[in-house]
Amino acid sequence: MASPKTEWSVGAFILMGFACALVLAFASTNSGDRMGGASYRVVANFTNAGDLKARAPVKIAGVKVGEIESIVLDENFDARVTLRLARSAGELPADTGAAIFTSGLLGERYVGLSPGGDPEPLGDGDEILLTQPAVVLEQLIGKFLFNAGSGDDADASGSSRSR
Amino acid sequence: MREMIAALGRFGLFLLRILGAIRPSRSQWRDTVRQIYVIGARSVPIIAVGGAFVGLVMTLQGYRALVTFGAGNALGTMLSLTVFRELGPVLTAILFCGRAGSAMAAELGLMRATDQITSLSMMAIDPVGKVVVPRFVATVISVPLLTAVFIAFSILAGWFQAEFLLGVDGGYFWASLQSSVDLWEDYGQAFVKSAVFGVFCALIATHVGFHARPTPEGTSVATTQAVVYGSLMVLFLDFLLSATLY
Repeated sequence: MASPKTEWSVGAFILMGFACALVLAFASTNSGDRMGGASYRVVANFTNAGDLKARAPVKIAGVKVGEIESIVLDENFDARVTLRLARSAGELPADTGAAIFTSGLLGERYVGLSPGGDPEPLGDGDEILLTQPAVVLEQLIGKFLFNAGSGDDADASGSSRSR
Repeated sequence: MREMIAALGRFGLFLLRILGAIRPSRSQWRDTVRQIYVIGARSVPIIAVGGAFVGLVMTLQGYRALVTFGAGNALGTMLSLTVFRELGPVLTAILFCGRAGSAMAAELGLMRATDQITSLSMMAIDPVGKVVVPRFVATVISVPLLTAVFIAFSILAGWFQAEFLLGVDGGYFWASLQSSVDLWEDYGQAFVKSAVFGVFCALIATHVGFHARPTPEGTSVATTQAVVYGSLMVLFLDFLLSATLY
Protein backbone atom coordinates (compact mmCIF):
# COMPACT_ATOMS: atom_id res chain seq x y z
CA MET A 1 0.00 0.00 0.00
CA ALA A 2 2.77 2.42 0.90
CA SER A 3 4.71 3.04 -2.29
CA PRO A 4 8.50 3.54 -2.25
CA LYS A 5 7.96 7.24 -2.99
CA THR A 6 5.72 7.61 0.07
CA GLU A 7 8.21 5.82 2.27
CA TRP A 8 11.01 7.99 0.97
CA SER A 9 9.01 11.21 1.64
CA VAL A 10 8.11 10.10 5.16
CA GLY A 11 11.73 9.24 5.90
CA ALA A 12 12.89 12.58 4.54
CA PHE A 13 10.24 14.42 6.57
CA ILE A 14 11.20 12.70 9.82
CA LEU A 15 14.90 13.28 9.18
CA MET A 16 14.22 16.94 8.40
CA GLY A 17 12.20 17.38 11.60
CA PHE A 18 14.89 15.81 13.76
CA ALA A 19 17.65 17.72 11.95
CA CYS A 20 15.82 21.01 12.59
CA ALA A 21 15.33 20.12 16.26
CA LEU A 22 19.00 19.15 16.66
CA VAL A 23 20.35 22.23 14.89
CA LEU A 24 18.07 24.45 16.98
CA ALA A 25 19.25 22.78 20.18
CA PHE A 26 22.89 23.45 19.36
CA ALA A 27 22.73 26.76 17.49
CA SER A 28 20.14 28.66 19.47
CA THR A 29 20.10 27.42 23.07
CA ASN A 30 22.48 27.35 25.99
CA SER A 31 23.13 23.62 25.46
CA GLY A 32 26.82 24.43 24.92
CA ASP A 33 27.22 25.60 28.52
CA ARG A 34 25.26 22.70 29.81
CA MET A 35 27.08 19.85 28.14
CA GLY A 36 30.40 21.62 27.71
CA GLY A 37 32.60 19.45 29.92
CA ALA A 38 33.04 19.16 33.65
CA SER A 39 32.20 21.95 36.06
CA TYR A 40 32.43 22.64 39.77
CA ARG A 41 30.58 24.82 42.23
CA VAL A 42 31.78 27.58 44.52
CA VAL A 43 29.70 29.80 46.76
CA ALA A 44 30.02 33.49 47.51
CA ASN A 45 28.11 35.63 50.01
CA PHE A 46 27.17 39.12 48.95
CA THR A 47 25.58 41.76 51.19
CA ASN A 48 23.48 42.80 48.20
CA ALA A 49 22.93 40.75 45.06
CA GLY A 50 21.10 43.58 43.25
CA ASP A 51 19.24 42.38 40.18
CA LEU A 52 21.44 39.30 39.75
CA LYS A 53 19.44 36.36 38.42
CA ALA A 54 20.08 32.64 38.15
CA ARG A 55 21.82 31.74 34.83
CA ALA A 56 23.56 35.13 34.68
CA PRO A 57 27.14 34.82 33.35
CA VAL A 58 30.32 34.63 35.44
CA LYS A 59 33.29 36.29 33.76
CA ILE A 60 37.02 36.61 34.23
CA ALA A 61 38.60 39.46 32.27
CA GLY A 62 35.40 39.68 30.23
CA VAL A 63 35.49 36.01 29.20
CA LYS A 64 32.56 33.84 30.26
CA VAL A 65 33.69 30.96 32.49
CA GLY A 66 30.43 29.84 34.10
CA GLU A 67 27.02 30.88 35.28
CA ILE A 68 24.99 31.56 38.41
CA GLU A 69 23.25 28.43 39.60
CA SER A 70 21.18 29.74 42.48
CA ILE A 71 20.69 32.74 44.76
CA VAL A 72 19.25 32.20 48.24
CA LEU A 73 19.13 34.16 51.47
CA ASP A 74 21.45 32.71 54.14
CA GLU A 75 21.09 32.79 57.94
CA ASN A 76 22.92 36.15 58.22
CA PHE A 77 20.53 37.73 55.69
CA ASP A 78 23.22 37.83 53.03
CA ALA A 79 22.65 36.66 49.47
CA ARG A 80 24.28 33.26 49.08
CA VAL A 81 25.17 32.88 45.41
CA THR A 82 26.26 29.52 43.98
CA LEU A 83 28.49 29.81 40.92
CA ARG A 84 29.01 26.96 38.48
CA LEU A 85 32.44 27.28 36.86
CA ALA A 86 33.86 25.30 33.95
CA ARG A 87 36.92 23.15 34.68
CA SER A 88 38.27 24.20 31.30
CA ALA A 89 38.88 27.72 32.67
CA GLY A 90 41.76 26.35 34.75
CA GLU A 91 42.29 26.39 38.51
CA LEU A 92 41.53 29.61 40.31
CA PRO A 93 43.55 30.72 43.33
CA ALA A 94 41.78 30.35 46.71
CA ASP A 95 41.91 34.12 47.31
CA THR A 96 39.97 34.97 44.16
CA GLY A 97 37.59 37.88 44.63
CA ALA A 98 34.05 38.19 43.24
CA ALA A 99 32.09 41.33 42.45
CA ILE A 100 28.72 42.03 40.83
CA PHE A 101 28.94 44.29 37.82
CA THR A 102 26.52 45.65 35.23
CA SER A 103 27.33 45.45 31.55
CA GLY A 104 26.70 48.97 30.29
CA LEU A 105 24.51 51.47 32.11
CA LEU A 106 21.28 49.48 31.82
CA GLY A 107 22.61 46.06 30.82
CA GLU A 108 22.37 42.72 32.56
CA ARG A 109 24.14 41.93 35.83
CA TYR A 110 27.05 39.53 35.91
CA VAL A 111 29.64 38.30 38.41
CA GLY A 112 33.23 39.24 37.65
CA LEU A 113 36.01 37.19 39.26
CA SER A 114 39.47 38.65 39.89
CA PRO A 115 42.04 35.91 40.53
CA GLY A 116 44.46 36.45 43.42
CA GLY A 117 47.90 34.97 44.03
CA ASP A 118 47.31 32.10 46.47
CA PRO A 119 49.06 28.86 45.40
CA GLU A 120 46.09 26.85 46.79
CA PRO A 121 43.32 26.41 44.17
CA LEU A 122 39.57 26.85 44.72
CA GLY A 123 37.92 23.43 44.92
CA ASP A 124 34.39 22.16 44.58
CA GLY A 125 32.15 23.63 47.31
CA ASP A 126 34.69 26.21 48.48
CA GLU A 127 33.67 29.73 49.38
CA ILE A 128 34.91 32.95 47.82
CA LEU A 129 35.59 35.23 50.79
CA LEU A 130 36.44 38.49 49.07
CA THR A 131 33.17 39.79 47.67
CA GLN A 132 31.92 43.15 46.61
CA PRO A 133 28.16 43.74 46.51
CA ALA A 134 26.18 45.07 43.60
CA VAL A 135 26.17 48.81 43.10
CA VAL A 136 22.64 50.13 43.43
CA LEU A 137 22.32 53.16 41.23
CA GLU A 138 19.74 54.89 43.44
CA GLN A 139 22.00 54.61 46.51
CA LEU A 140 24.92 55.92 44.50
CA ILE A 141 22.94 58.97 43.40
CA GLY A 142 21.71 59.48 46.98
CA LYS A 143 25.28 59.31 48.30
CA PHE A 144 26.49 61.71 45.66
CA LEU A 145 23.79 64.26 46.49
CA PHE A 146 24.45 63.90 50.23
CA ASN A 147 28.19 64.40 49.76
CA ALA A 148 27.60 67.44 47.58
CA GLY A 149 25.29 68.83 50.27
CA SER A 150 27.78 68.41 53.12
CA GLY A 151 30.67 69.78 51.12
CA ASP A 152 31.94 73.37 50.85
CA ASP A 153 29.72 74.51 48.01
CA ALA A 154 26.46 74.21 49.95
CA ASP A 155 24.77 76.83 47.80
CA ALA A 156 25.02 74.57 44.79
CA SER A 157 23.10 71.76 46.49
CA GLY A 158 20.37 74.02 47.79
CA SER A 159 20.51 72.60 51.33
CA SER A 160 19.01 74.47 54.28
CA ARG A 161 22.30 74.70 56.13
CA SER A 162 23.17 78.33 56.92
CA ARG A 163 26.64 79.58 56.03
CA MET B 1 -24.37 23.02 30.30
CA ARG B 2 -25.51 19.38 30.41
CA GLU B 3 -24.84 19.11 26.70
CA MET B 4 -21.33 20.54 27.11
CA ILE B 5 -20.43 18.02 29.80
CA ALA B 6 -21.85 15.23 27.65
CA ALA B 7 -19.76 16.43 24.69
CA LEU B 8 -16.65 16.41 26.88
CA GLY B 9 -17.51 12.86 27.92
CA ARG B 10 -17.87 11.79 24.28
CA PHE B 11 -14.41 13.20 23.48
CA GLY B 12 -12.90 11.39 26.47
CA LEU B 13 -14.53 8.05 25.58
CA PHE B 14 -13.42 8.42 21.96
CA LEU B 15 -9.83 9.03 23.11
CA LEU B 16 -9.96 5.84 25.21
CA ARG B 17 -11.37 3.96 22.23
CA ILE B 18 -8.51 5.20 20.00
CA LEU B 19 -5.85 4.32 22.57
CA GLY B 20 -7.46 0.90 23.05
CA ALA B 21 -7.43 0.25 19.29
CA ILE B 22 -3.68 0.87 18.85
CA ARG B 23 -2.10 -2.45 17.82
CA PRO B 24 1.54 -3.09 16.96
CA SER B 25 0.38 -4.70 13.72
CA ARG B 26 2.08 -4.40 10.34
CA SER B 27 -1.00 -3.21 8.47
CA GLN B 28 -1.78 -0.48 10.98
CA TRP B 29 1.80 0.72 10.88
CA ARG B 30 1.73 0.78 7.07
CA ASP B 31 -1.44 2.92 7.15
CA THR B 32 0.23 5.22 9.69
CA VAL B 33 3.27 5.74 7.44
CA ARG B 34 0.93 6.59 4.60
CA GLN B 35 -0.86 9.14 6.82
CA ILE B 36 2.42 10.68 7.99
CA TYR B 37 3.11 11.31 4.30
CA VAL B 38 -0.32 12.82 3.63
CA ILE B 39 -0.65 15.03 6.71
CA GLY B 40 2.94 15.50 7.87
CA ALA B 41 5.36 15.50 4.96
CA ARG B 42 2.99 17.40 2.70
CA SER B 43 2.45 20.09 5.36
CA VAL B 44 6.16 20.98 5.39
CA PRO B 45 5.94 23.68 2.66
CA ILE B 46 3.14 25.67 4.35
CA ILE B 47 4.81 25.35 7.77
CA ALA B 48 8.23 26.38 6.43
CA VAL B 49 6.88 29.37 4.50
CA GLY B 50 4.65 30.36 7.43
CA GLY B 51 7.57 30.14 9.83
CA ALA B 52 9.85 32.15 7.57
CA PHE B 53 7.36 35.00 7.24
CA VAL B 54 6.65 35.06 10.97
CA GLY B 55 10.41 35.33 11.58
CA LEU B 56 10.74 38.14 9.04
CA VAL B 57 7.86 40.20 10.40
CA MET B 58 8.77 39.66 14.08
CA THR B 59 12.33 40.79 13.39
CA LEU B 60 11.21 43.83 11.44
CA GLN B 61 8.68 45.00 14.03
CA GLY B 62 10.86 44.09 16.98
CA TYR B 63 13.79 46.00 15.53
CA ARG B 64 11.70 49.15 15.16
CA ALA B 65 10.66 48.99 18.81
CA LEU B 66 14.06 47.99 20.18
CA VAL B 67 16.16 50.43 18.19
CA THR B 68 14.40 53.41 19.82
CA PHE B 69 15.95 52.25 23.11
CA GLY B 70 19.29 51.52 21.46
CA ALA B 71 18.74 47.83 22.16
CA GLY B 72 18.90 46.51 18.59
CA ASN B 73 21.35 43.83 19.74
CA ALA B 74 18.62 42.20 21.87
CA LEU B 75 16.77 41.27 18.67
CA GLY B 76 17.81 37.62 18.91
CA THR B 77 16.48 37.37 22.46
CA MET B 78 13.12 38.82 21.52
CA LEU B 79 12.66 36.72 18.40
CA SER B 80 13.78 33.43 19.91
CA LEU B 81 11.78 33.68 23.12
CA THR B 82 8.60 34.68 21.27
CA VAL B 83 9.00 31.91 18.71
CA PHE B 84 10.07 29.14 21.10
CA ARG B 85 7.56 29.90 23.82
CA GLU B 86 4.42 30.91 21.94
CA LEU B 87 4.36 31.44 18.21
CA GLY B 88 6.17 28.27 17.15
CA PRO B 89 3.94 25.66 18.82
CA VAL B 90 0.70 27.70 18.51
CA LEU B 91 0.94 28.78 14.87
CA THR B 92 2.16 25.34 13.79
CA ALA B 93 -0.83 23.72 15.47
CA ILE B 94 -3.29 26.25 14.01
CA LEU B 95 -1.82 25.95 10.51
CA PHE B 96 -1.91 22.19 10.91
CA CYS B 97 -5.59 22.32 11.93
CA GLY B 98 -6.36 24.28 8.79
CA ARG B 99 -4.17 22.25 6.45
CA ALA B 100 -4.59 18.66 7.71
CA GLY B 101 -7.27 18.65 10.43
CA SER B 102 -9.89 19.87 7.98
CA ALA B 103 -8.86 17.26 5.41
CA MET B 104 -9.00 14.48 8.00
CA ALA B 105 -12.47 15.51 9.18
CA ALA B 106 -13.78 15.80 5.61
CA GLU B 107 -12.37 12.40 4.66
CA LEU B 108 -13.83 10.66 7.70
CA GLY B 109 -17.13 12.53 7.29
CA LEU B 110 -17.41 11.40 3.69
CA MET B 111 -16.55 7.83 4.71
CA ARG B 112 -19.38 8.04 7.21
CA ALA B 113 -21.80 9.55 4.64
CA THR B 114 -21.01 6.87 2.04
CA ASP B 115 -21.39 4.06 4.61
CA GLN B 116 -17.75 2.97 4.29
CA ILE B 117 -17.38 2.99 8.07
CA THR B 118 -20.48 0.84 8.49
CA SER B 119 -19.21 -1.64 5.90
CA LEU B 120 -15.89 -1.95 7.75
CA SER B 121 -17.84 -2.91 10.87
CA MET B 122 -19.85 -5.43 8.87
CA MET B 123 -16.61 -7.05 7.68
CA ALA B 124 -15.63 -7.36 11.37
CA ILE B 125 -12.88 -4.75 10.97
CA ASP B 126 -12.79 -2.21 13.79
CA PRO B 127 -13.30 1.13 11.95
CA VAL B 128 -11.53 3.04 14.75
CA GLY B 129 -8.44 0.85 14.45
CA LYS B 130 -8.51 0.92 10.64
CA VAL B 131 -9.17 4.58 9.81
CA VAL B 132 -8.89 6.67 13.00
CA VAL B 133 -5.78 5.28 14.72
CA PRO B 134 -3.39 5.81 11.74
CA ARG B 135 -4.50 9.44 11.45
CA PHE B 136 -4.28 10.04 15.19
CA VAL B 137 -0.81 8.52 15.55
CA ALA B 138 0.46 10.26 12.41
CA THR B 139 -0.68 13.64 13.79
CA VAL B 140 0.90 13.09 17.19
CA ILE B 141 4.21 12.23 15.47
CA SER B 142 4.01 14.99 12.86
CA VAL B 143 3.08 18.07 14.90
CA PRO B 144 6.26 18.23 17.06
CA LEU B 145 8.41 17.62 13.97
CA LEU B 146 6.59 20.37 12.10
CA THR B 147 7.06 22.68 15.09
CA ALA B 148 10.82 22.12 14.86
CA VAL B 149 10.69 23.00 11.14
CA PHE B 150 8.61 26.12 11.87
CA ILE B 151 10.97 27.39 14.59
CA ALA B 152 14.08 26.65 12.55
CA PHE B 153 12.76 28.53 9.53
CA SER B 154 11.55 31.53 11.52
CA ILE B 155 14.89 31.93 13.32
CA LEU B 156 16.80 31.48 10.07
CA ALA B 157 14.61 34.07 8.33
CA GLY B 158 14.92 36.40 11.33
CA TRP B 159 18.70 36.10 11.22
CA PHE B 160 18.71 36.79 7.48
CA GLN B 161 16.58 39.88 7.97
CA ALA B 162 18.65 41.09 10.93
CA GLU B 163 22.06 40.60 9.38
CA PHE B 164 21.52 41.47 5.73
CA LEU B 165 18.59 43.89 5.71
CA LEU B 166 18.70 45.66 9.07
CA GLY B 167 22.46 45.59 9.63
CA VAL B 168 22.46 44.01 13.09
CA ASP B 169 25.70 42.11 13.61
CA GLY B 170 25.17 38.36 13.23
CA GLY B 171 27.47 37.58 16.14
CA TYR B 172 25.29 39.60 18.51
CA PHE B 173 22.19 37.91 17.13
CA TRP B 174 23.38 34.35 17.77
CA ALA B 175 25.06 35.23 21.08
CA SER B 176 21.87 36.77 22.44
CA LEU B 177 19.97 33.71 21.23
CA GLN B 178 22.29 31.31 23.00
CA SER B 179 22.43 33.28 26.21
CA SER B 180 18.66 33.68 26.55
CA VAL B 181 17.15 30.39 25.33
CA ASP B 182 17.32 27.67 27.97
CA LEU B 183 17.56 24.09 26.75
CA TRP B 184 14.75 22.83 28.97
CA GLU B 185 12.77 25.95 29.98
CA ASP B 186 12.24 27.23 26.44
CA TYR B 187 13.38 24.63 23.92
CA GLY B 188 12.04 21.57 25.76
CA GLN B 189 8.73 23.13 26.63
CA ALA B 190 8.10 24.18 23.04
CA PHE B 191 7.97 20.47 22.28
CA VAL B 192 5.88 19.64 25.35
CA LYS B 193 3.38 22.21 24.15
CA SER B 194 3.36 20.97 20.58
CA ALA B 195 2.88 17.35 21.67
CA VAL B 196 -0.18 18.37 23.70
CA PHE B 197 -1.52 20.42 20.79
CA GLY B 198 -0.96 17.49 18.44
CA VAL B 199 -3.02 15.13 20.60
CA PHE B 200 -5.92 17.58 20.84
CA CYS B 201 -5.85 18.57 17.14
CA ALA B 202 -5.96 14.91 16.18
CA LEU B 203 -8.66 14.03 18.70
CA ILE B 204 -10.97 16.88 17.66
CA ALA B 205 -10.53 16.37 13.90
CA THR B 206 -11.06 12.60 14.03
CA HIS B 207 -13.94 12.83 16.49
CA VAL B 208 -15.99 15.38 14.56
CA GLY B 209 -15.26 13.57 11.28
CA PHE B 210 -16.01 10.10 12.59
CA HIS B 211 -19.27 11.20 14.19
CA ALA B 212 -20.43 13.50 11.38
CA ARG B 213 -24.06 13.27 10.30
CA PRO B 214 -24.14 11.08 7.16
CA THR B 215 -25.22 13.90 4.83
CA PRO B 216 -23.32 16.33 2.58
CA GLU B 217 -24.14 19.05 5.08
CA GLY B 218 -22.88 16.90 7.94
CA THR B 219 -19.51 16.55 6.21
CA SER B 220 -19.20 20.29 5.71
CA VAL B 221 -20.19 20.97 9.34
CA ALA B 222 -17.56 18.47 10.51
CA THR B 223 -14.87 20.16 8.40
CA THR B 224 -15.73 23.57 9.85
CA GLN B 225 -15.85 22.21 13.38
CA ALA B 226 -12.45 20.54 13.03
CA VAL B 227 -10.84 23.90 12.20
CA VAL B 228 -12.85 26.10 14.57
CA TYR B 229 -12.79 23.82 17.63
CA GLY B 230 -9.22 22.76 16.93
CA SER B 231 -7.90 26.33 16.70
CA LEU B 232 -9.85 27.52 19.74
CA MET B 233 -8.68 24.51 21.74
CA VAL B 234 -5.06 25.24 20.81
CA LEU B 235 -5.35 28.86 21.92
CA PHE B 236 -7.08 27.87 25.17
CA LEU B 237 -4.55 25.13 25.96
CA ASP B 238 -1.70 27.50 25.14
CA PHE B 239 -2.91 29.91 27.78
CA LEU B 240 -3.32 27.07 30.27
CA LEU B 241 0.15 25.66 29.58
CA SER B 242 1.87 29.07 29.55
CA ALA B 243 0.27 29.92 32.88
CA THR B 244 1.39 26.67 34.50
CA LEU B 245 4.71 25.85 32.80
CA TYR B 246 6.51 29.20 33.08
